[in-house]
Formats: sequence, C-alpha cells, structure tokens
Amino acid sequence: MAVDKLFKDEATEEKGERARMASFIGAMAIADLVKTTLGPKGMDKILQSTGRGHSVTVTNDGATILKSLHIDNPAAKVLVDISKVQDDEVGDGTTSVVVLAGELLREAEKLVNSKIHPMTIISGYRMAAEAARNALLEKVVDNKQDAEKFNADLIKIAMTTLSSKILSQDKEHFAKLAVDAVMRLKGSTNLESIQIIKKPGGSLKDSFLDEGFILDKKIGVGQPKRIENAKILVANTAMDTDKVKIYGARVRVDSMAKVAEIEGAEKEKMREKVQKIINHGINCFVNRQLIYNFPEELFADSGVLAIEHADFDGIERLALVTGGEIASTFDNPESVKLGHCKLIEEIMIGEDKLIHFSGVQMGQACTIVLRGASPHMLDEAERSLHDALCVLSQTVNDSRVLLGGGWPEMVMAKAVDELARRTPGKRSHAIEAFSRALAAIPTTIADNAGLDSAELIAQLRAEHQKEESSAGIDVISGLVGNMAELGISESFKVKQAVLLSATEAAEMILRVDEIITCAPRQREDRM
Amino acid sequence: MASMSNALIRSWDFTHFSPLVAGIFHTVARLGGLGHVAVKFGKAFRLKFTVISTSLKKESEAINKFGADSFLVSSNPAQLKGITRAEVLPAKTNLFFTLPFSKQIQYSDPVQDLIVLIPITEHNKEGNMALAFDEFGRPFIILKEQEHKTRLRGLDAQKANISAGKAVARILRTSLGPKGMDKMLQSPDGDVTITNDGATILEQMDVDNQIAKLMVELSRSQDYEIGDGTTGVVVMAGALLEQAEKLLERGIHPIRIAEGYEMASRISFEHLERIAHKFEFEATNIEPLIQTCMTTLSSKIVNRCKRSLAEIAVKAVLAVADLERKDVNLDLVKVEGKVGGKLEDTELIYGIVVDKDMSHPQMPKQIEDAKIAILTCPFEPPKPKTKHKVDIDTVDKFQTLRQQEQQYFDDMVQKCKDVGATLVICQWGFDDEANHLLMHRNLPAVRWVGGVELELIAIATGGRIVPRFQELTPEKLGRAGLVREKSFGTTKDRMIYIEHCANSRAVTIFIRGGNKMIIEETKRSVHDALCVARNLIRNKSIVYGGGSAEISCSLAAEAAADKYPGVEQYAIRAFADALDAIPMALAENSGLQPIETLSAVKSQQIKENNPFCGIDCNDVGTNDMCEQNVFESLIGKQQQILLATQVVKMILKIDDVIAPSEY
Repeated sequence: MAVDKLFKDEATEEKGERARMASFIGAMAIADLVKTTLGPKGMDKILQSTGRGHSVTVTNDGATILKSLHIDNPAAKVLVDISKVQDDEVGDGTTSVVVLAGELLREAEKLVNSKIHPMTIISGYRMAAEAARNALLEKVVDNKQDAEKFNADLIKIAMTTLSSKILSQDKEHFAKLAVDAVMRLKGSTNLESIQIIKKPGGSLKDSFLDEGFILDKKIGVGQPKRIENAKILVANTAMDTDKVKIYGARVRVDSMAKVAEIEGAEKEKMREKVQKIINHGINCFVNRQLIYNFPEELFADSGVLAIEHADFDGIERLALVTGGEIASTFDNPESVKLGHCKLIEEIMIGEDKLIHFSGVQMGQACTIVLRGASPHMLDEAERSLHDALCVLSQTVNDSRVLLGGGWPEMVMAKAVDELARRTPGKRSHAIEAFSRALAAIPTTIADNAGLDSAELIAQLRAEHQKEESSAGIDVISGLVGNMAELGISESFKVKQAVLLSATEAAEMILRVDEIITCAPRQREDRM
Repeated sequence: MASMSNALIRSWDFTHFSPLVAGIFHTVARLGGLGHVAVKFGKAFRLKFTVISTSLKKESEAINKFGADSFLVSSNPAQLKGITRAEVLPAKTNLFFTLPFSKQIQYSDPVQDLIVLIPITEHNKEGNMALAFDEFGRPFIILKEQEHKTRLRGLDAQKANISAGKAVARILRTSLGPKGMDKMLQSPDGDVTITNDGATILEQMDVDNQIAKLMVELSRSQDYEIGDGTTGVVVMAGALLEQAEKLLERGIHPIRIAEGYEMASRISFEHLERIAHKFEFEATNIEPLIQTCMTTLSSKIVNRCKRSLAEIAVKAVLAVADLERKDVNLDLVKVEGKVGGKLEDTELIYGIVVDKDMSHPQMPKQIEDAKIAILTCPFEPPKPKTKHKVDIDTVDKFQTLRQQEQQYFDDMVQKCKDVGATLVICQWGFDDEANHLLMHRNLPAVRWVGGVELELIAIATGGRIVPRFQELTPEKLGRAGLVREKSFGTTKDRMIYIEHCANSRAVTIFIRGGNKMIIEETKRSVHDALCVARNLIRNKSIVYGGGSAEISCSLAAEAAADKYPGVEQYAIRAFADALDAIPMALAENSGLQPIETLSAVKSQQIKENNPFCGIDCNDVGTNDMCEQNVFESLIGKQQQILLATQVVKMILKIDDVIAPSEY
C-alpha cells in the first residue's frame, strides 16, 4: 500500500531526474536572462516595480536585475544569491558569475544525459577550477611597486568596467574620476567616504570630482554665505525642544502664567545650549537633527552658519573629512575636537544650491557630482560608477591585474583543456565541459556585439596556442586584438571570485537530487 | 442527479456497516426529488425514517407513498424539540458544525424544503459526512471516501506505517556517504536550503504523516545525542522496517519480530564493542582526531577543504574541552558566518566575534589590553518598574530635573571610567548624549549585543555581567588582549573581534563562503564535526567507517541467529540483512555495483577475519578502512543501532491508528 500522503497539504516533492531538470532549467533561465547584458555591447533591461507608482529602472547591472526579480525556482535563487554576494564582495562581475554558473550547468546537463554521475562531474569541475585559477595566477601582472604603471593599470581597469555601462561614451573621463577618488582612500575599502551626488541637468560629461565635500543642504536665512577658515562643530543633538529624558516626567501647571514661565525656561535652556555651542569658538555648526527657528536665529545673530538635518551618513562623512568629532554634549568645549576647513561657500549646481566645504584637512573623502539628462540615467550612472569604484578599491588592496576582453577565459580554458588531456577516467569529460563553459563567456561577448562568435572564438583559440599571447576580442573593430595594446584590463580578484563562486554554485545545484517545496505561507494581504 | 444518487447510495452503503440503534432516526428527505429515493432505500434497509420538510402538505405523501415513519415540519420548533442534535458539515465553509437542531434548520432555510438529517452513530460522529449543495441549491450528502478514513487496524495499520517509514528513509538514502547527493528544500517563506544533513532535511520537510514524524524525531534525537549519523539512523530504521514487512507477510507476529530485533541489536551492540579500537590522542597529537572529523566532513559539500575545517573543529573542541573530566561544552564554541570570501578563509579565532560595530563611528577601532565592562543596563535614565509620574510645575523643577538628567548621564559614564574599563559592551542601546559622552571620555562602546554573545564574552574575558552601574567594580571587568573592528567587502559590514582573552576557553569559528547557502551548510557540517570530536573526547573508542562496522555486525548477527530457538531467529536474520542496507546504500551512491561490492567485501571480512573491510567509496584502491583512516565514534554507531531498533519496535507494535480527521 503506497503512502499517498507524507507531506503536508501543498508541499511538493521532485525527485531524481525531474529535480535535476527543474534546477537546471531554472538556473539556465536566469543565466539566459542576464546573458544579453554581458560585455561592452550588452543590452540593458527595463525593470518595472510592482509597487506603487510602477517606478522604472533601466540597468545592465546583473546584480540589480536579479535582485528585483521575484523568483520561485529554488535553483535560480542560488544564482541570484551568488550574484548578490559578488556585488557585496567585489562589486563587479555580477553578470559574468551568473552566466558562467549557467554555462557550467548547461554543460553538466549534457554530461548527466550521457549517463555521467553528478559526483563525477563535480570532482572534474573542482579540478578544472583549481587548474584555471593556477593558470590565472601564473599570468597575473602586479605593478604595485611601480606607482605610475599601477595608476595606468587602474585607469585601464576602470575603463574596462565602465565600457559595458551607460558611461561608456565618457569612459576616459569617468575612469579618471573613479581612480582619483579611490586613490584618495589610501587603501581603505570603505566606499562610504566617497559621496555621489546626483543632479539632473547638464550632460554626463559635466560630472566632476570635488576634492572637498559637498553637502546637499541650504544655508539658513540671514547667515553668512561664505566662511573662510571655518571651524566646524559636527553634532547630533536635538535642537528643537530638548526633551526631558527621565522617564515619566510631565509638565503639569495650573495657570497660563506658569505655562509662560516654563516656556520661558525652555527658551532660556535653548539659549544656554546655543551659547555653549557658540562658546566652542566655531563659525559653522552642522547638526543631524532639525534646528528650529529659534536656535537658528540665535546662531544667525552670532554669525554662526547653522546647517540642519544632514543625514547620518553625511554627518559621518563630514566628521571624517573635517577631522572633527560628532558631539552630543557641549559642556567641555576645550576637549571637543573641532573640524576645520579653508572655505565654506554656497555653490550652484544646475538650479540647486549646495554647500561646499573646500580645503579640508583629511583628504580621504571626496564628492563626485554626477550630471545627466534624466534621473534614470543618473541612477544607472551611479550604479556603474559604484561598480568601478568597488573594483578599483579592491584592486588597490590586491594589485594583481589581468587582461580583459575574454583573454582570461581563454587562458583558463587552455589550461583546463590541457588538464583534461592528462586526466584519465570519466572526470576528463567534466573537465572538458568546464573549458567549454569558460569559452562561452567570450562567445557571449561576441554574440552580444553582433559578431561572428564561432569564427572569432576559433581564431582566439588558435591565437592562444602561441606562448604569451595577449589576444582577446576587440569588440570595436570586431576582430581578435591585442588586449595589452588596447589597454583592456581586469582585476584578478574579480575574475577569481567569478570563477570560484560560479563553480561553487554549480556544484551545489548539481549535488541536489531532490527538491522538497513546502506550501507557501498563506498571506492574507496578497489577495 | 445521478451523482447525487451515487452520493446517497454511498451514504447507505456506509451506514449499513454500523450497528444501527433502533430508535434513532435515520433520515433523508426532500420529497419529490431525491429524498424519496433515500427513503425507499432506507426502508429497504429497515431503518426508521423521519421526513422533515417546511411544508405540511407533504406529510401524507411522505408517510403513505414512501413509507416514512414520521413527519416533522421544520417551521414548528415544538416538533423539533425531541431531536436533540444533528451534525452536518457544510462543505463550502470547511467548518465542522454541531448545532442544536433548530439552528440547523435555520442554516438551510434558504433552500426551501430541506432535508438531510444525519443520525449520529458510532462512525459518523467524527464527521465523516458532509452536507453540500449542488448547483441548483439542492442538498446532498458527501461521505468521505473509504480509504480516507482515519482509522486503520491490524495488519493494514502495520503495513501502512511501514511504508510511511520506508518512504522517509528512501528520501534520505541517496544522501548517505561521501558521494551522497544533496536535497534542496524550500521553506514556506521561499528560503532555499541545500543540505545533505539528515536531521536538517527531515526537520524542514514539513511532514504530515504520523509515522514519518516518528522518523523525524528519531533523526533529531540522534542529532541531539551524538550530532552525527543522522542520515544513517533513518536509513537503518527504513531497512529494518522493510525486512519486518517481509516477515509480517510470512505471518510472523509483530511482537515476535520486535523481540528478535531487540536481541539482534543487543548482539550488534556488544559486537561493536569487541571490534572497537581504543584510540589514543593527546593535546599534542591531534592527528587521529582530525582524521575522524574528516570522515564526517567528507560527505558534505565542504569536502573540498575538509582538512582545514577538520583541523579547525578539533582545535576548537580541544580549546574548550576539559580533558580530565572528559567533558566538552559545545556552547562555548560559537559558529559565526559571513557571506563573502572563500571557504578556505574560514578561520578559528581564540576569542569572540560579534556582528556589531562601535556605537560611535569615531571611536577607536582597535583596543589593546582591553578591560571590558559587560553591562545589561541601558545608558539611559532609569525606568522604574512601578508606575510613577514626575510633575513639573515650576521653572525651578524644570531646571533641576534637567540638571539631574545630565548628572545621571555623566555619572554612568564616570562610573565605567572609574573602575578602569576601556571598553563597554552593552546589551541595550545608548542615548545620543550618552554615546557622545562615552566617545568624549575615550571609552569605546558596543551596543545591542545579544544575550548569548554577552555570556560568551563574559566567559571568554573572565568578566562578570553587570546589571546595574552601581555594582560595577574593577574585579568584574573582563580582560582581552586585543579588541578590533574589522570591515568586509564593499558594503558597510563590520565585525568586532575580541581576541587574546583572559580565559581562552571560548572560541569562535568564523566561516566565510561564496553564498548564504554554503555558509549555512558549512555551519551544519562544522557542527557535526564538532560533535564527533566531542564524542571522541568523551569516549575514546572508535569503530571503522565505510560500512565495515555494519557488515561485521551483520555477520555476527547472522552467526548468532542459529543459536536462538523459535521464530525470533528469523527476525535476527532479517536484522542482519537490514544492517547490510547501509553499505549497500553507500556503494550505490558511490556508483558501484551494490550487490557485487557488498558480497565481495563480506567474503573478504570472513576470509581475512578483518572487521575493518568496508566500501571503498572514494575509489582509493583498498577496502581496509583502517588504512583509509575512515573512523566513526563507537557511541555514535551504537546509538544509531539502538535508536533505530527502538523506533522500529515502536512502529511494529502499533496495530491501530486513529487520527483526528481533517478537512
């Protein structure tokens, strides 16, 4: 007697071949979805949110696309996850990692169909991944010692990253911008200190890097619009009514006169607080919270520039830039570190007034002002720039550099092919398959650029049989070109992360032989 | 109409089984349509009938023409008084109604002349019938299908139970061994888990069947007790059930089977002790321990770097182990994961890692020789538990209150400073003012640290958890050689490392990996490895893996079987066969010919009198598990056999399953 019901009502179970098929198909569907965005001639996607307003995003950033999808297939979720991690960890290669994982699974499917056990495939893939990584390690160039060359490398990497994005038209400009910004960080990977301000209007070319700091706020009325040698106090304190924090306190009065008295006391208290702040000997006060009219007036009276409601990141960044500390109490003016800068002034970008702090002490932070025709474009530009910044900041720490344009994939494929020839047993099929999956990336790049991929890849492969070849796909001329001469470079760290996490994900999906899906939790608001 | 008649006929088919009690009214009626068919059928079965209708006019028709015994008008409550209850299940609402009869009538009022009154008998009182309305609004009875009945008895019950148990075991079977496959589980919220850990699979499987739930429990208890072998125990139980089914078919009484199993498990238990090896290691020579952990890890997805993970696990266990008392408190080993990096970057930290950052961005990121105040009180004005109010009615009071408040913050920070703390770790949040004061007085602080972590920090640093500022004394501070904040990746991800602690008895295993699922799976694998290492410290005996122990036990049971007179002999042999299921599954999962391989290994064991021959899953070239260094802990294996036997016995003893019916 068969057990007809083992699971709860709507839970489903997929077994063996069917499970594997379900996960392969799900994963490949995701890979195919983002495939067309790969490479310098990749296309963008429009994403429309289901939320209110149906806001639209135009992007070709793999991670952004995948993040916005509602996916039900569990295997596809694995791919989305690796792309997200790639984004968090190195910032770029989010599309490549998914495409590579998809290709690995596509090859694996063929092998499984020809009756090779998934475990054999996995062990082959592992060997291949190791060989591929070693091949890359052999070919890396490290110019850390030579600052000038390294700088050139960084610019090349930035240009390569940007060339697949919306910024590709002005990639020289933006590459320089990004490299300058990252070099200011002096090795830190904290991209928080690079502020990106988006202002619609103008063209992308008008974007610029500002060495100082720009705060997207207005200067209070009647306060000086320009301060030289500013002493800045950065604060996080309530400047409306200072609440009594002792629990259960409340005001209870029995006459109007008393109300007035208490109000007076409150005012007095605020006046004291403001006085204390002013006693720090400052001429600029930046607060995270609101500054009400009354204290603002007081500040204006004593010629102090008061800026209210800078968001938390802004405050932190400002503190970082000017070297001050974020203060919340003001009783010991002598020990509070004040921030300094040479000049504070109000500037105009487009139609908007912004506050510009220049001549700051600590050069770590900087601001990039992006200009562009529409908010969508600016959003995408920001994402692209963010990718470039991420890659650069990672490269500064791990200065190993590779060539781009499908060159690393071909190098890896070659090494993996050699390994396949040396390996006895069924595993060699898997290793060969791995090399085919690697070659799929330049193929996709070529396809997306509308080139004859079959022809190009064959040429490329032949080219790579020569020692020390630096051939890759030159998408612009549509031919096999010398990547070293064309100055197309990629960061080793990104490539390695792509290789390892794609293999890991493929392995994970391959190991699955059964999928058990629980009934989705009933949600009342979804009806 | 035909379908309705069917339903009705089925209903009679059903009630006719029940011992009908004279005097209870069995009824159906809706004269003119379907009701008369029912009445006629009913009469043929010699049931007493009452026809209920809204209309008096039908009385004569009912009694004279169709032979109903009595007639009631539903609009007359007095008449309905005698009938106390009727149970009707409105199919649409899926609710089980037991209403006073008069209300029942109201319920179906919109349908002109109702009705169906279902008598309450032994069988249908569980609610096996339902009243539904067809597309014309006419009522008819739905009976649950026969096989959906919630009661099973005798051999049927045992067979159903066995097949449920087998079904669960079948799911796990392919996960066994170093080449076992994974399962992908999607939770009700859509989160994906990929694992081959038996306990995890079963826990997340959302099982509904009662016996299947028993198997889930089985795997869980192996997990709690031993921590490893959770898959094996279920596969073993499945095999035992399968063998039991065959014996049942041959007419052997389940209790005899259970007894035979019990004997056989005792034989195996003792045999395991005989073939077990004492296994020597010291704090200086941890190699054997590492080998054992590697066996555990080799079946997981992390087997790529099993060596380094095994080392980490062993070192972690040794760090917290009390070798003299042979006790290991695994609570002291914290396993923390962070997405990103490679699996190879996983490290063991002699200290604690907290997923938090300093409360103020400008606090120092690194503190050497930290003296840590561990607080469970917030840096905020006190909130007495009794209700109170502070009334402010004069300016003076307003100002004093204000000053007191400031004083309060000042005092709190000062107290921490006074006792010499250089780092404050707090379970609660800080007020902005307090935060700045802390920063100002150069006292770095971490807020919102969880209770468990707080305890670990206290253990590691040798500090005391202080619930009130007043109780803060220098002796209660914890000490750590180095506290630092470390950032990861491109996002603002920071963690605090507390290292070189006064008491290095708390350690953290910090796992990195390509994605969330890998990290989760690594956590589970490391947990298994930790448990194995712990078991070995508790009891130094080991047996060899790769199915060798099972094969050896199987041989022992087979040999012992002949000595037992009586039917149990068969059960013992069946037990021996069931033990073979594990090496068989191992061979199958490794892509070997299961039967051929098993018989070869078995004959080798007998020929060479070597109980260490097992299945060569990794294609190393030797069957001797001693050479391959594949170990398992003795207690783990013994526990597996005992637990599996117990559960199987329990299942065999069930001869009646009564489950609440569900709709």
